[in-house]
Amino acid sequence: MSTTTLEAVTRGRVRRNRRRHTVLTALGIAVAAIFAVSLMVGQTFYPPGDVLRVILGETVPGASFTVGELRLPRAVLALVTGLCFGIGGVTFQTMLRNPLASPDIIGISSAAGAAAAFAIIVLSLDETGVSIFAIVAALGVALLIYLLSFKDGVAGTRLVLIGIGIAAMLNSATSYILNQAGQWDLQAATRWLNGSLNGSTWDETVPVLLALLVFGPILLAQARNLTMLQLGDDTAAALGTRLERTRLVSIVAAVGLIAFATSATGPIAFVAFLAGPIAARLVGPGGSLLIPSALVGSLLVLVADFIGQFAFDTRFPVGVITGVLGAPYLIFLLVRTNRAGGSL
Amino acid sequence: MTTTHSLTVEKLTVGYADRIVIDSLDLLVPPGRITAIVGANACGKSTLLRAMSRLLAPRAGHVLLDGREVHRMPAKELARTLGLLPQSPIAPEGITVADLVGRGRNPHQRILSRWSKDDDVAVAAALDATHTADLADRPVDELSGGQRQRVWIAMALAQQTDLLLLDEPTTFLDVSHQVEVLDLLTDLNAARGTTIVMVLHDLNMAARYADHLIALAGGGLHATGEPAEVLTEECVRAVFGLDSQVITDPVSGKPLMLPIGRHHVSSTAV
Repeated sequence: MSTTTLEAVTRGRVRRNRRRHTVLTALGIAVAAIFAVSLMVGQTFYPPGDVLRVILGETVPGASFTVGELRLPRAVLALVTGLCFGIGGVTFQTMLRNPLASPDIIGISSAAGAAAAFAIIVLSLDETGVSIFAIVAALGVALLIYLLSFKDGVAGTRLVLIGIGIAAMLNSATSYILNQAGQWDLQAATRWLNGSLNGSTWDETVPVLLALLVFGPILLAQARNLTMLQLGDDTAAALGTRLERTRLVSIVAAVGLIAFATSATGPIAFVAFLAGPIAARLVGPGGSLLIPSALVGSLLVLVADFIGQFAFDTRFPVGVITGVLGAPYLIFLLVRTNRAGGSL
Repeated sequence: MTTTHSLTVEKLTVGYADRIVIDSLDLLVPPGRITAIVGANACGKSTLLRAMSRLLAPRAGHVLLDGREVHRMPAKELARTLGLLPQSPIAPEGITVADLVGRGRNPHQRILSRWSKDDDVAVAAALDATHTADLADRPVDELSGGQRQRVWIAMALAQQTDLLLLDEPTTFLDVSHQVEVLDLLTDLNAARGTTIVMVLHDLNMAARYADHLIALAGGGLHATGEPAEVLTEECVRAVFGLDSQVITDPVSGKPLMLPIGRHHVSSTAV
């Protein structure tokens, strides 16, 4: 082996790592900045000092309620659900080697949303009950989609198409639940069909945070196995990856993240779908996309919620804004794959 | 590498959902040599290779590496001794050559371990051995078929296994690239003593480059041994159902099979 090759290999690796670290740092700063802004800005502006004192537990007239009870739970929930949707989405996209195979396209978010709507509106369960109900339903639907698309192994395209069908069915189930319960008001409808952060409380935020603390590290431990799956099942297995175990652990953990986040905010449209591809574009090919996607997911939810609240005369729920951002990308992907040879 | 590993197959039966492809097969892979598996389409060549590298669980029988059942070995431990290059591996979109070759280091890394100097050295050595060092920073999807195949072989080399299994490494390559890839594997066998087992479509390439041929027919072993023993007119008839004339290849001195079809056959040939 020549030393010039070794130097070139080392140099290339260092360069790729540097880009990754730069992007991660920039994303982290951006998330922190928009998080801070959404605590300060609203009908009344509170300077950073006031916000900080509220966070530290001091009583600040006015700010204690507005920031402590309204803005902080909302911003934390936006941050945490963004992380959950980002990681959960890119896990599915990586595992199935298809950007369309995101949980919000293939019906898993819809399952969690429909189950949560049913549990709250019809069964009147508390937060924990709702989350458990949502995760069981989402896992059940994930299993159903897997079984329906199984034929000599699971082909990504068949799974995506079946998932889109299931998602449509579940979305109409959600509409039906909202209708039957006589609660067809705009708030509930947008929450369970598109996702919304309106009226966020700590009671909703805490379970999602706990889910992230449990399932997040489990997925991060699978990061390298997930990147190996990109090489195809045979190559990944030949390089020592345990396929079934990797898939099982990743599906359960990713569905867990999606279900908990969805039971708090509804299926915030397209965040899971968009976060991975945006992160991939930013950090470049190669490494694991879990952490970059989590940060992008967070950034998307925080920015979209901020736009929805303040950019227009009317206040729009976050899911409406992310939907507007996501739909063109979905069309772009479909057109591009269609041109590339007709299969998804 | 001085260690030689024994890879044996005992009474192996494998298949897919509703059909048996290989039925009670016994064979021994000669260590430190190049072995080619040949046979008609759908005779189970790839299936055998997949079973030997534990991608497919046997219905009955065993695949033994140094006397240990490969299907019971820890995944990474097996992957440090036995490598497999499948027929159509997938390159993630946009990945660079060096990055892809680096994936071959997976069995040598732990869950949270960082990339080490050894990993860089192995990647650089693999790039040099396959003459792909100048491609290191190029995206794999921009390469030609022959370059891409060399890069995949480099990935398998970075795995640093003493046994390397390849499923049709020359398919889709033009003749000069076929020769290039097979020469490369021969170099590797000569330099490191790597045991090579490959499925090859082209009987004449197999006879020229392999020390040992395995001819499969009807889900079982038809013949095994040196090319001169295995590649005969009777064997071609039994395995492929084809009349032929086998002569000595004036270039290599190995057997060369000339097929006899219904047309273009001069009277002296039959």
